[in-house]
Amino acid sequence: MIAIADYGVGNLFSLRSSFEFIGADVAVTGSADELRDADKIVLPGVGAFRDAAALLKESGLGEVICAEAEKGKPLLGICLGMQLLFDKSFEYGEYEGLGLIPGNVKPIADDLPVPLKIPQIGWNALTFPGEKSPLFKYINEGDCVYFVHSYYATDCAKSTIATTEYGIPITAAVAEDNVFGCQFHPEKSGTVGLNILKAFCEI
Amino acid sequence: MITKRIIPCLDVKDGRVVKGVNFKGLADVSSPVALAEYYSNCGADELVFYDITASAEGRTIFTDILRETASKVFIPLTVGGGINTVEDFDRVLKCGADKVSVNSGAIRNPDLVREAAQRYGDQCVVLSADIKRVDGEFRVFAKGGREDTGMEAISWIKRCVANGAGEVVVNSIDTDGVKKGFDIEMLKAVCEAVGVPVIASGGAGSAEDFITLFKEIPDIDAGLAASIFHFGEVEIADLKKLMRDNDINVRL
Repeated sequence: MIAIADYGVGNLFSLRSSFEFIGADVAVTGSADELRDADKIVLPGVGAFRDAAALLKESGLGEVICAEAEKGKPLLGICLGMQLLFDKSFEYGEYEGLGLIPGNVKPIADDLPVPLKIPQIGWNALTFPGEKSPLFKYINEGDCVYFVHSYYATDCAKSTIATTEYGIPITAAVAEDNVFGCQFHPEKSGTVGLNILKAFCEI
Repeated sequence: MITKRIIPCLDVKDGRVVKGVNFKGLADVSSPVALAEYYSNCGADELVFYDITASAEGRTIFTDILRETASKVFIPLTVGGGINTVEDFDRVLKCGADKVSVNSGAIRNPDLVREAAQRYGDQCVVLSADIKRVDGEFRVFAKGGREDTGMEAISWIKRCVANGAGEVVVNSIDTDGVKKGFDIEMLKAVCEAVGVPVIASGGAGSAEDFITLFKEIPDIDAGLAASIFHFGEVEIADLKKLMRDNDINVRL
C-alpha cells in the first residue's frame, strides 16, 4: 500500500486520484501506524515551508517518515514535499527541513541573472544530468512536466536526477537511495507524470 | 525554458457544456468530463471550467462533474464562475480544482483576492478581468462584461496582483467574438504592468492568431479560447505543431 501523508496541508484529491488511476493501492492518512505499515510513502505539500515543517513536527509524522525512510522504505516528496526533504529552507527566514537529502532551499529570484516571472508556472522540459533514474524509466529526457514554485533546491548536485531551465538550471528532481523528490507535480503532468508515479510504485 | 500554454475553456451549465460542440469521435459532445479527457489527450496544457449555473442544485452537479473530471484528467484545472467568497474557493478546491478564477466576486469584494491568497497561496488565485476601451482608457467590466465599473483596468489588475493574484486572464470585450485575433495592444499593456503570468483571451479565430500573439508579445504565457476549439476550427494538436514550426516553445 502507498500512503500519502496527510499532515494538514493542501488538498490531496488529485494526488490520490492519480495513484488510483494507475491502479495503485493508495490511502491518504494522518496515522503514524498506517505510515509504518505502508510499502511506500508520499510526502505532499503546498503553501509555506515554515507552516508545513511545523505541522510535520507537531503531528509527529515528520519523525515517523524519517525513521521509515532511514529503514529503506521508498519515499517520494512532491513540490513543497520535496523541499521538506532538505536540510534547510530560506523561505521568509531560515527553517529546518527533514534533513534526508543534503541541500538548501532558496528563492529562485535571488539567483536569476535576468528577472523572470515568479512563481515559475507551467510546463517545462526535464534534463537528466547523469544516468537515468529508475523514477524515469517510463519517460524520456525532454519530456515536459508541470511546475508551480518560487523556491528551489540548491547545494544538491550529487542527488540531482533532473533539472529544468528557467533562466538558470533549476533542480527538478532528486534521489538519494530510497528517497526521491519532484519539484514539479507528477499528478498534474499528464501521461508523463502518471508514468513517473507508476515507476515509483515499482521501486 | 517554460512552454507557452494553450487553454480551452468550457462553459458548464447544469452539468453540460454550453455552446454547441462539434467533434468527430466524441459520443457525448456536451459532457464536460468527456470533453476534458478529449482535450487533455489532444495536448491541452490546462483546462478552465466556467460554471454558469445559477441554481444551488446546478452548483452541486457542477462540483460532482469537477470531481469526476479531476479523477480522470491529470492536467491543471482552473475553475471560475460564481466565486464570491473564500468558502467558494474551498468548495471547488476540495473537488479537484488547482486554481480558482475570480472576476465579479473580486470587484464586489476587493479583499477576496488577499484572503484567498493568504489561505491557499498566490498560485491558486487567478484574476480574470473583462476589459473594454471606454473614452480612451481600458475599463474593467463586471457581470459577464455587461456593466462598466468605471475602474481603470491596468491599475485594477496591479492592485489585485499586489494582493496576491498569481495569474491574470485578460479578456478583451473589444475583440471577443470577432475572431480577428487577440487584443495585442491591451495585452501588451497588461504584460508591461505586472510580473505574474498573463493569459490572453478573446478574439482567436485561427491558429495564426495564436502565432501572432506569442510572436508579438514574448512575455505572454498562454492563449485561451472556447468556441474555435469546441467547433474543431482549430485542432489543438495542429496548433501546437504550428507553434513549434514557428519556433515558439511548446509542449508536444
